[in-house]
Amino acid sequence: MLPPLDPWQRALLALRLLHVDPVGLGGLWLRARPGPAREAFTAQLAGLPLQQRRIHPGIGDVELYGGLDLSATLGAGKLITRAGILAEPAVLTLTMAERCPAGLAARLGQALDGQGCALVALDEGAEPDEQLPPGLADRLALFLSLDDLPLSAVSETIAGDFAAARARLPRVALPAAILADLATTAAALGIASLRAPLLACAAARALAALNDHGAVEVEDAQRAVELVYAHRATMFPQPEDPEQDQTPPEPEPQQDDRDQGQSDRIDIPDEILLEAALAALPRDLLAQLAAGQSSRATANSGTGAARKGNRRGRPLPSRPGRLDGRNRIDLVATLSAAAPWQPMRRAQAPHHAALHIRPGDIRVKRFQETSDRLLIFVVDASGSAAMARLAEAKGAVELLLAEAYARRDHVALIAFRGETAELLLPPTRSLVQTKRRLAGLPGGGGTPLAAGLRAAMEVALQARARGMTPSIAILTDGRANIALDGTADRALAGEDATRMARLLRAQNTPALVIDTGKRPADALRDLALVLDAPYIPLPRADARKLSAVVSAALDT
Amino acid sequence: MSQPFPFSAIVGQVEMKQAMILTAIDPGIGGVLVFGDRGTGKSTAVRALAALLPEIRAVEGCPVNSARPDLCPDWAKVVSKKMISRPTPVVDLPLGVTEDRVVGALDIERALTRGEKAFEPGLLARANRGYLYIDEVNLLEDHIVDLLLDVAQSGENVVEREGLSIRHPARFVLVGSGNPEEGELRPQLLDRFGLSVEVTSPKDIDSRVEVIKRRDAFENDNAAFMKRWRMQDKKLRGRIVEAKAALNLLKTPDSTLRDCAELCLALGADGLRGELTMLRAARAQAAFVGDAEVSRDHLSAVAPMALRHRLRRDPLDEAGSAIRVARAVEELFGPLRAAAE
Repeated sequence: MLPPLDPWQRALLALRLLHVDPVGLGGLWLRARPGPAREAFTAQLAGLPLQQRRIHPGIGDVELYGGLDLSATLGAGKLITRAGILAEPAVLTLTMAERCPAGLAARLGQALDGQGCALVALDEGAEPDEQLPPGLADRLALFLSLDDLPLSAVSETIAGDFAAARARLPRVALPAAILADLATTAAALGIASLRAPLLACAAARALAALNDHGAVEVEDAQRAVELVYAHRATMFPQPEDPEQDQTPPEPEPQQDDRDQGQSDRIDIPDEILLEAALAALPRDLLAQLAAGQSSRATANSGTGAARKGNRRGRPLPSRPGRLDGRNRIDLVATLSAAAPWQPMRRAQAPHHAALHIRPGDIRVKRFQETSDRLLIFVVDASGSAAMARLAEAKGAVELLLAEAYARRDHVALIAFRGETAELLLPPTRSLVQTKRRLAGLPGGGGTPLAAGLRAAMEVALQARARGMTPSIAILTDGRANIALDGTADRALAGEDATRMARLLRAQNTPALVIDTGKRPADALRDLALVLDAPYIPLPRADARKLSAVVSAALDT
Repeated sequence: MSQPFPFSAIVGQVEMKQAMILTAIDPGIGGVLVFGDRGTGKSTAVRALAALLPEIRAVEGCPVNSARPDLCPDWAKVVSKKMISRPTPVVDLPLGVTEDRVVGALDIERALTRGEKAFEPGLLARANRGYLYIDEVNLLEDHIVDLLLDVAQSGENVVEREGLSIRHPARFVLVGSGNPEEGELRPQLLDRFGLSVEVTSPKDIDSRVEVIKRRDAFENDNAAFMKRWRMQDKKLRGRIVEAKAALNLLKTPDSTLRDCAELCLALGADGLRGELTMLRAARAQAAFVGDAEVSRDHLSAVAPMALRHRLRRDPLDEAGSAIRVARAVEELFGPLRAAAE
């Protein structure tokens, strides 16, 4: 088997492949902060065979799909449209791909599927959950991370002419055995999407064309696996089913066991491919898997687009106005306003052949949008009643999500226990994701109420920046006994909690304190006072009661 | 790519294919919603369906594909009386679509150049008597969803704007696909889909390998591959046409109607639409398999896809709705009950 490539060599190989077959591979997901290594890499994208267009996450549909060129139309007096970026095949370079909103991801995905486009996604995400939307990542064959690459590793560049390899590409054969191995390897690595093996086939073909092989050889397939599968893997390969394979289950699949007796169902290339993928697996995959969070579990994070009232939402009737560069013209209304005056104006200025439109005719579009609501549950997971309370909170979250589509609610869940608070469910509207995330919940320990409030405040601030309206529901039965710095000091803890509550109050975030204890606690009543929040004693709250109370309290 | 992937060559995904065939037999069923993970062939199946559908006869040059010259809307000013065959329209509704584009709007070019007020038909007009396909339907903007709900309900597109007052028929089969992880669908829109199916990527290695093999052959050895599967598609199209004809002759015994109602009651499905859709789907299923009478078997075959999305959701119940439907079918129509009768 070939030794794994060092990062820059791998980057160069990915570049070469892109030059051979950009459309077949879908493109490249490049995860790197801006820096010399990224510069050196992207500079070499210039030689790609298609024309290149640069797009950004905030790009609008008019730019993508084309539309009316207003000034030219009005000037010429006839309809002039401008072609969109997606009108012809191109290599799109998406900057700041980690901020790509779901809608744009879907549009780009459609363009990649059918229109002969390729995408180079420049992902500058700093946090693990800031990354390319999974729907797009699924369609791009290649992944590179240049984050840890020192400039000294950036040595050579790729040589110039790929026309010959492109010409060879249609004639490259793909043996059925290798195809089957590619599919099997993907399954062994827990890659559910069937696009992955297809992209691996395309990569293997491109490699064979590059290496001037008539048919895809094992080493081509091996490199393809290294480039295409490594970042998609969601599990380490399991030992084969006993019915399928008679070899005893092996604890360490990385170990070379080709000299052990193999059944005839699996031939050698399969093992080699698997090893190639394993060698290229990201080092932190184990940690990711241990955290119960596969690399694709986070959807929609990092989209920071604030909502702007005059751009989208429900259309309202347009009004006379001026174009200040921010609002949009309602062309039809403008024309209708101008239409009755045409004969008169023509008589005034007979030499002007085109339409006569005066500034007073301009009508601008107006939109009304109600922002989405975010309900943040802050749940006390400390002490004995924690398990029950968490389960009920989870039930309430799911009920609210199930019932509340029409009200456009998002829900988040924070649990505090021990010394810290943890964001168990980031703001979401997806019931499916919620169920997956909330499958197992930990409980027990002290009551770090202040930490819980702080976490809630952070989520609320982020949500507000994204144009949502956050509200906080606090479920607890006891007094704070762990301070912000983690010390078990009751007095300090109480002070910290009050301080955080004041901060929340200053931010004008509506809140609700639900006391689930058997006896109402004065400390919680005081906390509710500081928060200017309703205080609701609700012993033995169940999920249905809880969701009803929360909806009622926050709807008023 | 000029030709879509052949429908018959799609590996597995039996339920999705079945649902699509049923709507092709009886468009009145009212559409299919395909929900599933990425890379499971949702879009591929819809594109394949477009190529599979039998042609329709329509008036030449009519923007809404009218079946008779006297049905052409008067604003279209169709002069030709000639009938032509054209493929069943399958119209894509892209996510970024504007309201104007969907319902139609003032023809700006004619307004600007000739000063005339004329209507430029939108996607809904083009989709009349055919299919309207929305990929990533759960990401569609709300105001577009509102438009669609209204039109899908009434079968007619009414445009009252910019001084235009226009109406034209817009009867189409709504096909939507999406990934539930990216967001839920509004219940009102959910209800408009007659059938709903859930797709997952195949779990066994052999069918996965087969998928890759066929797709690879399709892309790299297109001529031979299409030749191999075109016959299969043609056969399937023949069966759909036959089933369409057989649909009118089909008998629906009262006992089947009763079964239908019992099943919906047992599951607590909202409204009567579930029953009606299930019955239509069962009739189409009976016609497709060539039976003369709609029976309990046909009902059981279509019950999951007709009712799955109409159940009142109980988030605390871990079992999915499909399992609940299957359980109810088993209880009502299973061997025990049959023995008791």
